[in-house]
Amino acid sequence: MMTVEFAVAAALFAGVLCYAVLGGADFGSGFHDLTAGSARRGARLRTLIDHSIGPVWEANHVWLIYVLVMWWTGFPQSFAAAMTTLYVPLVLALIGIVLRGASFAFRKYAETLAQARLFGIVFATSSVLAPFFLGTIAGALASGRVPEGGGGDPWSSWLAPTPLFTGAISVGTCAFLAGTFLTADAARRGQAALAATLRVRSLVVGAATGAVVFAALIPIEHDAPTLWEGLTSRAAPVMALSALGGIATLALLWTGRFGPARFTAVTAVAAVMAGWGVGQYPWVLVDQATIAEAAGARATMQGLLVAVGIAAVVVGPALGYLFYLTQSPRWNQAAHGNGEAPAVGATHWSRQVGG
Amino acid sequence: MDATQLLAQATDAAGSPLATALAAADPAGLMPARQQMALSLGWHIILACFGVAFPAIIFVMHLRGIRRNDQTALDLAKRWGKVSAVLFAIGAVSGTVLSFEMGLLWPGLMGTYGDVLGLPFAFEGLAFFLEAIFLGIYLYGWGRMPPRLHLLMVVPMAITGVIGTYCVLAVNAWMNVPTGFDIVDGQVVDIQPWAVLFNAHTFMQFAHMWVAAYMVAGFSIAAVYAVGMLRGRRDRHHRLGFMVPFAFATVAALAQPFVGHLLGDGLDERQSSKLAAFELAETTDDGPSPLRIGGVLIEGEVKGAIEIPYLGSIISMSSLEPVPGLDQIPDEDEPPVNITHLAFQTMIGIGLLLMAAVALYWFLRWRRRDLLDNRWFLRLMAVSGVLAILAMEAGWIATEVGRQPWIVYGVMRTSDAAADHSAALWGVYGGSVLLYGGMTAGAVIVLRSMARRWRAGAADLPSPYGPQSPLAADGPAEIRECGDEREPGKGDEAAAKEDAR
Repeated sequence: MMTVEFAVAAALFAGVLCYAVLGGADFGSGFHDLTAGSARRGARLRTLIDHSIGPVWEANHVWLIYVLVMWWTGFPQSFAAAMTTLYVPLVLALIGIVLRGASFAFRKYAETLAQARLFGIVFATSSVLAPFFLGTIAGALASGRVPEGGGGDPWSSWLAPTPLFTGAISVGTCAFLAGTFLTADAARRGQAALAATLRVRSLVVGAATGAVVFAALIPIEHDAPTLWEGLTSRAAPVMALSALGGIATLALLWTGRFGPARFTAVTAVAAVMAGWGVGQYPWVLVDQATIAEAAGARATMQGLLVAVGIAAVVVGPALGYLFYLTQSPRWNQAAHGNGEAPAVGATHWSRQVGG
Repeated sequence: MDATQLLAQATDAAGSPLATALAAADPAGLMPARQQMALSLGWHIILACFGVAFPAIIFVMHLRGIRRNDQTALDLAKRWGKVSAVLFAIGAVSGTVLSFEMGLLWPGLMGTYGDVLGLPFAFEGLAFFLEAIFLGIYLYGWGRMPPRLHLLMVVPMAITGVIGTYCVLAVNAWMNVPTGFDIVDGQVVDIQPWAVLFNAHTFMQFAHMWVAAYMVAGFSIAAVYAVGMLRGRRDRHHRLGFMVPFAFATVAALAQPFVGHLLGDGLDERQSSKLAAFELAETTDDGPSPLRIGGVLIEGEVKGAIEIPYLGSIISMSSLEPVPGLDQIPDEDEPPVNITHLAFQTMIGIGLLLMAAVALYWFLRWRRRDLLDNRWFLRLMAVSGVLAILAMEAGWIATEVGRQPWIVYGVMRTSDAAADHSAALWGVYGGSVLLYGGMTAGAVIVLRSMARRWRAGAADLPSPYGPQSPLAADGPAEIRECGDEREPGKGDEAAAKEDAR
């Protein structure tokens, strides 16, 4: 079982998990931005979002590049097959990613409210669309809709029950993660009213997403039998862990313990993703190509593991340091721009809205 | 094994399919895929230059600010940090586009050679990861970290810029001089990914591009301040803002022609079809080939070129042998000649012009004359950024178009790498033109508005979501925070006020 191909596949899937959690929280903040209301009413929430994801969003999205590179290098034929089949959702997801990143940066330095509104709407809308289409891609792979030789039907490969459900789940988990993170951020900054609003949002989104996840199991039984079999056997404990994590998060949010809720939320989302991975093991393209069949050259697989090892040693600590800094009191104080704090770095929002 | 052997093997192995592919028309997906790749790569590479070179330029400015307690330098470094945030953001997303496009547009390449060329991309991804992390720390670290530690956060960005450039160029060098695999019975075997990562051709290509990145970033940033000086803003802020990037650009512009010449060494053996196109050599001359400046090839005749005897052979081959002409290349293996030739010479012409300009500046400065007082020099500097970008793009067009019709030289034709999904691709291309146009417009609007507000004295750009007009809300206290106006005793107070107007 512990072959080189398996190790590369595991490293690849670890990237998918990290992207789902970190990139997901990032995308999800767009959902909350979109639904924050008018410029005045939503200013506090949007300010918080700007502060929370500002330093980390670029790093969070490198996970996607990591996943793509690992995929095409480790399992090149299956990558080409997916690309020639799923190009419609891929292009749509890509447009979302491009618009979102660009307009987030533009909004931050926008001069007028009109500009900020335009960039803000583009940012928020594309933040919802991108995870939806990425989710449909996952669903298409998991339900065996990508033929090994590629060139599958560009529409029916993803406009089908399982992909559409996974798309919805993807949007939901992103919004749930972001809601939980933002609630904790708001509470830590002492913005009680904002934290209260976000708490309610997260509870609603979390409950709805949980319901969709389990509702999705109904069509999956017939639509994706291989995945279903995996989910109900091997992956059953992982799915149960996800359910427990979700329920625990809702309970923690309900009782106002926002800090620990972040960890249970991450557990819930990572577990549902892991459930997908374990469920479709050993297929790369379900019913079409297994990990062993799809694997590229052995020397390349070994090279990839070296790259992953170096990444773990070099990128890991750096990423940890970034996250540590963004959570540290010093970085959060300065963001308040309280007279004494160096106005230099503070990104202006809070001062305007009295945060 | 070298390209010629591979070529022979590939032709043997896949002989009949290749021949039929040639006989048949190019796949409908080829042309839109090419246009799409040219647009997205040509757009991204400008931002990649800033990603590679801007951190080092910011580092020098920031270091100066800390070492000499120079508020103007600190202020410039901080502003550049914010500008780089915008540029890196659109650079990151346009880079993501490229990693999708590798598969969407060239599934034939990625499916067959993904595990040959993938490893350098893995290390490039790693480098970019670090760059994104430290960019986040640096940008948000102003005023939140001890100054020296904060400054140190730039260093990893400059280093990862080098690694990332090297890795991407390793892939491109491999496409020009394929290595690290064998083809047996049409199957790619004996794959050696490390041989691709460290292939011998990479170093010179890397050096050429890395230096180009410093030219693009250095001249582009200097150009902004040259424009300011042309408009009469001659304070220390503008002078310093010009000189630091100009110093980087100087070193790069002086080195680049030599680096490029060394890169071209041996091209007659590596890719004789590319060299023939560069030199507009339709036929192999009897004696030494002349240097043909300008001109086009029309129906097999060179028209409108200025010919300088001997020089073509001497420069391109360091010998008096003739440049091997297109007559030695099978028709189906010839690249588009005119575009390759003109792009190549555009690059060289601009490169030499910029080299001459910086050499003249420093020569006259040594003779105690400052060309920054000369409006014509400032005008040239004002367009130097655009010129450097043009030269870099022309260079990429020359090398990429010159490699055609191969995507992997001698091994895989571009038409075999393209996908079948075709007509829809033109729609996607149209959408991309709009998307990239929109992003360009957005970046220009935002960057110009940042500059305008900085000139108006805002040290910190205020929230666009505030209830009142941002600048008015911040009031005069905010304006005093701006570094420029706090420069006493330098005699540029008037200039600063002028600046603020």
